[in-house]
Amino acid sequence: MNLLDTILVGIKEIWAHKFRSMLTMLGIILGVSSLVAMSALVKGMENGMKEALVAMGGLEKVRVEAQDDLPAYQKHLTDQAPGLLMRDVYALQSGAPLVENITPIVEQHGYRSRINITYQNKRARPWRIYGTWPGILDLEDHRVEHGRMFNEIDNEMARSVCVIGVEIRNDLFGDPEKTGKEIIPVGKVIQINGQPFTIVGMFEHYMTEKERKEKELARLEALKNPQAQVGVVRDKGRSGSGPSGYVFRLKNNSVFIPLQTMMIQFRAAAGVDETADPKLSGIYMKVKDIGVLETALQQIRNVLQVSHNGIEDWTFRTEEDLADGIQLTISNFRMSGVIIAAIALVVGGIGIMNIMLASISERVREIGIRKAVGATTADIFIQIIMESLVIALVGGVMGLAVSIALVQSITAFTPTENNPVITLQAMVFAFGCSAMVGMVAGMIPAFKASKLHPIQALKYD
Amino acid sequence: MALVELRDIKKIYHLGGETIRALDGVSLDVQAGDFTSIIGPSGSGKSTLMHILGCLDTPTSGSMSLDGMDIHDATPRQLAKVRGEKIGFVFQFFNLLPKLNVAQNVELPLIYQGTSGRSRKEKAMQALELVGLQDRAGHRPSQLSGGQQQRVAIARALVNDPRIIFADEPTGNLDTHTGEMILETFCKLHQEGRTIMLVTHDPEIAALTPQKIEIRDGKIAQNVDAKLAGKESRFKLSTSPHQSS
Repeated sequence: MNLLDTILVGIKEIWAHKFRSMLTMLGIILGVSSLVAMSALVKGMENGMKEALVAMGGLEKVRVEAQDDLPAYQKHLTDQAPGLLMRDVYALQSGAPLVENITPIVEQHGYRSRINITYQNKRARPWRIYGTWPGILDLEDHRVEHGRMFNEIDNEMARSVCVIGVEIRNDLFGDPEKTGKEIIPVGKVIQINGQPFTIVGMFEHYMTEKERKEKELARLEALKNPQAQVGVVRDKGRSGSGPSGYVFRLKNNSVFIPLQTMMIQFRAAAGVDETADPKLSGIYMKVKDIGVLETALQQIRNVLQVSHNGIEDWTFRTEEDLADGIQLTISNFRMSGVIIAAIALVVGGIGIMNIMLASISERVREIGIRKAVGATTADIFIQIIMESLVIALVGGVMGLAVSIALVQSITAFTPTENNPVITLQAMVFAFGCSAMVGMVAGMIPAFKASKLHPIQALKYD
Repeated sequence: MALVELRDIKKIYHLGGETIRALDGVSLDVQAGDFTSIIGPSGSGKSTLMHILGCLDTPTSGSMSLDGMDIHDATPRQLAKVRGEKIGFVFQFFNLLPKLNVAQNVELPLIYQGTSGRSRKEKAMQALELVGLQDRAGHRPSQLSGGQQQRVAIARALVNDPRIIFADEPTGNLDTHTGEMILETFCKLHQEGRTIMLVTHDPEIAALTPQKIEIRDGKIAQNVDAKLAGKESRFKLSTSPHQSS
């Protein structure tokens, strides 16, 4: 008996019991669709986390940060700890050729340091205010949309200029989504802790993929009903929640000023004897090639060990830790998803097995007839396996269709931080699983059927 | 050499400690072209004999050959092949598959021999023509009368051009008139030179066939012809099988 005939017999048999077959397939449909949907959700989550990783400057970014707590064996040297200084920057520039764009940073917490920004009678509190070099743009993946970044001359001259994030603009000049018109505040003079600063540039509005899509949707809706109020009026609270949203919100709430300006305007009065406190909060840099990350870190370590006389009052921060964290989270989610889907598939398989057993016991006579006219044990075995396989495969195809619908409705009804993404890989894997379940579930019924003795089968009523 | 040779065939069942000798040393020869009836009361072992002859079952001991091939030590796979190629069955309850139409039922034995789809259809139609049912090819078995169903079963038995046809009480489920038509079909086939073995408990049917074997208590009984010599058959056949033998 050739394969095509066997498959046709299987399809006919399933078609003869449409309702029963449909119910049986349901298990497989649920299993396959949950497998695909789960993996799509996890993939979406992964994409969102990677998005955040890129927004922070990518894997190549290395941060050297000042650390107040020395390791235990160096505790007694605390007094002599020099802290991160500009000389470290120069030392790294000449001593660590594997890193580039070495940029010093002095960072102030807007809330902790009580930094007020005012414009006329409006007030804003930035999350962070950074004094740095223009190279920070590339390191932090910032893009200036209006105006310009401050440049090296601004830094040398310690000019009072600043580049702000959009949330600061929203607080001081009004949110275009609420007022309906966008104000570009370049050239305006604002007061940072009472000192006048000219805004020379403003960053673009950073948002997650999901926020971008929501905005797009709102814009389209506004186009459809021109009577409705322009723009999004309702307040959604803090947009972009979740771990990746935080990165974007932080960037939107930042203010950047030249390093020298920061040193002179905000640090001069902070030192003990009215001299500027020269300490940096961090030095950011980029590894030229991610492949030599370890070597580059060693280079940095060597340079800093010399310039700090071996005192470890600094520490590395790479995004590798974060990337590892992402990997771990993702694999945990994936694992639990796979387990749930696997259970669904196994249940589906048991359903198939059950139905196939019922089916052969009502077809004992048919099997006897087939054997009497020349069917071998193998012919019967293959026929039953094929029937079970066809149920599983048809269920698998339907499951894939359902999963697409499912993912789309998840996206439509409960938009999450990260849009689920169906991958071809997941679909192939799920379909393969359904095929395997069909095979395995058909084994026992097929074996039972093929072992039937023709005489007993013919006598059976 | 005879088409079928049975030598001292025994079939012994063990049922709950009790030993049942269904066949107890049967030896017989069937020549090609024979039309033999196997007769005996129920429980005599005639069905067991037919199952063994039809390669549906294997004997406990003894030797058997069919068309020059040893059957008694054949594997189940070989037996299936022999059933498919050399044997046609006609059963009392027709045993057609209700889900298939008439032509598909007739094709069934050919499917398991790997015959291609087109020649399967051709052969099935030829076999249906032999029994005069070519215009019912697309019907379901349930749409046919009992006699027609049995003729479909005969067509199925003929489709693989078997060396021997076994019929197990083929008229047992039919009225006399329809039974007559079926028996006539067998007589016609016999005249065309086919080998047929017909199992029946009815002496009047057995009287119609040229060769007769009576089974009693698992053994072949003697003097069958003498016993049946004077019997008048209620079946009036237009073609008498005796003329050709």
